Amino acid sequence: MNITIVDYKSGNISSVINSFNEVAKDKVKIEVTSDINKIKSSDKVVLPGQGSFKSCVHGLNNISGLIDTLNEFAINNKKPLLGICVGLQMFADIGYEETKTKGLGWISGKVSKIDNQNGKYKLPHIGWNQINIVKESKIFKDIENNSHMYFVHSYEFIPNDKNVISATTDYSSNIVCAVEKENIFGTQFHPEKSDKIGLQIIENFIKL
Amino acid sequence: MLKNRIIPCLDVKNGRVVKGINFVDLKDAGDPVEQAKIYSDGGADEICFLDITASNENRDTIYEVVEKTSKKCFVPLTVGGGVRSIEDINKLLNCGADKVSINTAAVQNPEVVVESSKKFGSQCIVVAIDAKKNGDMWEIFTHGGRNKTGINAIEFAKKMEKNGAGELLVTSMDKDGTQSGYDIELMKNISSSVNIPVIASGGVGTLDHLVDGIKSGANAVLAASIFHYGTFSIEEAKQYLASKNIPVRI
Repeated sequence: MNITIVDYKSGNISSVINSFNEVAKDKVKIEVTSDINKIKSSDKVVLPGQGSFKSCVHGLNNISGLIDTLNEFAINNKKPLLGICVGLQMFADIGYEETKTKGLGWISGKVSKIDNQNGKYKLPHIGWNQINIVKESKIFKDIENNSHMYFVHSYEFIPNDKNVISATTDYSSNIVCAVEKENIFGTQFHPEKSDKIGLQIIENFIKL
Repeated sequence: MLKNRIIPCLDVKNGRVVKGINFVDLKDAGDPVEQAKIYSDGGADEICFLDITASNENRDTIYEVVEKTSKKCFVPLTVGGGVRSIEDINKLLNCGADKVSINTAAVQNPEVVVESSKKFGSQCIVVAIDAKKNGDMWEIFTHGGRNKTGINAIEFAKKMEKNGAGELLVTSMDKDGTQSGYDIELMKNISSSVNIPVIASGGVGTLDHLVDGIKSGANAVLAASIFHYGTFSIEEAKQYLASKNIPVRI
């Protein structure tokens, strides 16, 4: 099996690479690339994302044929894909960070700024927060409810269809922190920075 | 509920940990990678390296340390000390740092915070503020506390938030190294002036000091000596905070 981590210059992805390598050991081939042919032939794809929604979408657009390839991979061929942080947010139709930007439109909904309730909640939402698992998800195998995960974000994904939500976390309101729609998975938290429990999620994705 | 973070900080010079320590089962007491691993296994919410290498020739050693650590520790890693430019930040992030803390450079050229937060995202830009009480105000010091600037720390904190900093690491120069507790007034004033998270630093000697730091409004507490010298383990610190009803990740 080979897994591709999409490198579209979305900022720092070394932690994602390190964590996948740690879990995969020599059993699974982890490739980091923006080469669309390699993405096409891989079994699974990881879409990381740091920085703003706008800059990440631009990053995808800057690589010729990348969005088409991802659409084909995830939507037509229904192969497993994991989006992390802004990687998850880009599943939405639209994002409002910096300026209104069109997303991938895979899971209908929007990405807006977390309501800080007039300064009551600091942003970014940085640190360890507990996840509330609301539906069974393949990537949560052996993950206990209320486990701590590491978050760092100021925007939240609000999907139209609440059935895609697999976990939420409590910060200002119930923030969507994991989604699953058929073959598409996403986490708002960073499994690559969430210690052993985060590595377990990565392992679950690898083993899908 | 978001938990309060405990962040052990390791002072690194020429690729080696400066302060000694009595960790059990430690093969090499000066190896920052091994110490970081012990902290992360013990439940540290984040690891901080402060590079205090004086000469430019030895600067590369920190990159090696960061690279090795990020392959072994899967909790966030913050690196500070001597970060001057976008290029320095880029190099550290590429080696596996998750956040970079900027001190002197942010004071000398506040635009570096604007540029770097735009380029890499606010989530990885921490501005380190070293301040000392001077009359009615707290004054910013740079160059590891050697140079006074005349800049008001509270005003500077607000400016850094505006410039795109994701977090502020606030160290009291009066308290640092005294083990007499954080400068609570400073932490209170800065925490209430900004809407980004604040990490309290400088002066921890007891576990009650950590409690006081969180109660002052800081979202995370950083400490070096109490963990370095094995006075307390990360587990003990967390249990103590929990016993005082301070939410922590256990």
